[in-house]
Amino acid sequence: MSELFKVSSNPHIRSKVATNGLMLAVVTALMPAAGFGIYNFGPRALAVIVVTMASTVLTEYFFGLLTKKLTVTDLSAVVTGLLLALNLPVSIPLWMAALGGVFAILVVKMLFGGLGQNFMNPALAARCFLLISFPTAMTSFQCDAYTGATPLAALKAGESVNLLDCVIGRTAGTIGETSVIAIVIGACLLILLGVIDLRIPGSYIVSFVLFAGIFGGYGFEPRYLAAQLSGGGLMLGAFFMATDYVTRPITIKGQYVFGIFLGVMTGIFRIFGPGAEGVSYAIILGNLLVPLIEKYTKPTAFGYQRGGSKR
Amino acid sequence: MNKAGERIYNGLIKENPTLVLMLGMCPTLAVTTSAINGLGMGLTTMVVLALSNLIISLLRKVIPGRVRIPAFIVIIASFVTAVQLLLEAYIPFLNKSLGVYIPLIVVNCIILGRAESYAYSNPAIPSLFDGIGMGLGFTFALTCIGALRELLGAGQLFGFGVLPASVEPIRIFGQAPGAFFVLAALVALQNRVKNVRKQKGKDYEKIGSGCTEDCMNCKNADGCTKRFYDENAK
Repeated sequence: MSELFKVSSNPHIRSKVATNGLMLAVVTALMPAAGFGIYNFGPRALAVIVVTMASTVLTEYFFGLLTKKLTVTDLSAVVTGLLLALNLPVSIPLWMAALGGVFAILVVKMLFGGLGQNFMNPALAARCFLLISFPTAMTSFQCDAYTGATPLAALKAGESVNLLDCVIGRTAGTIGETSVIAIVIGACLLILLGVIDLRIPGSYIVSFVLFAGIFGGYGFEPRYLAAQLSGGGLMLGAFFMATDYVTRPITIKGQYVFGIFLGVMTGIFRIFGPGAEGVSYAIILGNLLVPLIEKYTKPTAFGYQRGGSKR
Repeated sequence: MNKAGERIYNGLIKENPTLVLMLGMCPTLAVTTSAINGLGMGLTTMVVLALSNLIISLLRKVIPGRVRIPAFIVIIASFVTAVQLLLEAYIPFLNKSLGVYIPLIVVNCIILGRAESYAYSNPAIPSLFDGIGMGLGFTFALTCIGALRELLGAGQLFGFGVLPASVEPIRIFGQAPGAFFVLAALVALQNRVKNVRKQKGKDYEKIGSGCTEDCMNCKNADGCTKRFYDENAK
C-alpha cells in the first residue's frame, strides 16, 4: 500500500498519524507486559517472543516480495508477532511458535488482502489454531520452573487463589497475560496517546463482571470476581486484542454491543464451557459478527430521518 | 484423442469435479480425514457414477423430461444401495469409517449433475467414460486431500507412520477446518497452474478430435452439445 494517499478538492483534515506510528505505540505499550513475562518466566520467554516476531515479520516480508507489495514497514507484523508471543505458554516448542506466526500472517492476514482486510485478529486466530493443533503443548503452563495450574483452572476446580500474585503476575499462564499491573500500565499509555478508548474494554469488563456475578455461583463476591478478572487473559484481551482497529466495529454504538457480546461470551466459555479460559474464542467469535453489528448500528446520516427516508 | 479418452481427460483434469467444478463438497470435506478414506469414497462414488451414467444414457429416450430428476434419483439410489451392501459384506472397515456418507452418495451433486448435463443427452459409451473420468477426478482429488490431511494431522500415510514420533502432528488438519485449508490450497494451486499455462499460450489442448465448430462434417457431432469445448482454447 502506498503511504502517499493524496486526495484533493474538499477541505479534508490531514492527519500526521500513520499506521506505523500507531503500531509503534502499541508495541511500546506492550513492553511492560513483555518485560514482566521475561522477568517472570526467564530467558526462554524472550526466545519465544523473538522467534514469533521474526516469523511474522519474515512471513510478511517474503509475501511482500512475492506479490511485489512490501507492507512490512507498517510494523503491523511486529505487533501481531508480539501479541501472539504474549499469548503462548513459555514452554512451547519454538517451531510451533514460528508456525503460529506464519499462520497468523499468511493465512489470516495476507491471503485475505493484507492489513485492513483481515476479518479476524491474526494473533488470536493463530493462538486458536495452535490451541486446536497442539492441545498439550499449548496448555502446559509453568511458573518458577515447576508446572502449575493457571489461576483460572484453580478457580474452576474450586481452589482458592492468591489475589496479590494474580495482580502482580507471579502466576502460571501465557507469557504476557499474567501481570495485570503491567498490562494496565500499557493500556493507560495507549489511552493517553489516544490510540484506544475505554468503550470496548469498559463494556467488555463490566458485562463480564455482571455475567460472572450472576452465573458464577459465588454471587458478587469481590475476591471471586477479582480473581476472574486478573487470573487469565481477560485484561490483555480487553485492552490489546478487542480494540484492534481492523476487527472491531467502527460505529460507537456497535463498539458497546461488541464489548457486551465479548463479556457475555467470555463468561459463558469460562463458567459453562469445559475449559477454564475463553477470551480468545470470545474475541474471534466477536470479530466474525462485526459486519453484522456495524450493519445494525449504522448511524443516521445528516439530513436523513431515522429509518433512512430523506427529511 | 478418441471420445473415451477425451471424457476421462475432461473428468480427471479439465473439469475436475472437486477442484474445478467445486461439486460434491460435503463428502470432500467430511470424509477425507485419511488417504484411505478419500480413496474409498472416491472409488465408491466412481462405481455409482459410471453405472448410473450408463443406465441413464440408455434410458434417455424413455424417461420423460418432466419426471427425469425423480427417475435419476431412483436409478442412482438403486446403485448406491447395491454398492453399500457390497461394501458391508466385503470391506466392512471402509463401510464403518465412511458411515452415513455412503447413503448420502445418492444426493451427491456430481452424480446428479453428470446425469443431467451429460448422460441424459449423450450416447451410452461416452456417458460411461464420462462417469469413469469424473469418478477418477473425484477420487484423485479426495485421495490428495486425504493424504495431505493424514500426513499433517496424524503424521501417517495410508495408515503407516511416515513422520518420526518426535514431530508432533498438527491436529487441526484432522478436523473440519483443516479440510477447508487443504481444499483451498489445492484449488489455488490448480488455478495457478492454469493461469501460468494460459499466459504461456499453452492452454489445455482442445479436447475431442479437433473441433472445428463445423458440426455438419463432424463425425462426433451426434450427441455433441459443444458445451464442453473450451472456446478460448488454442
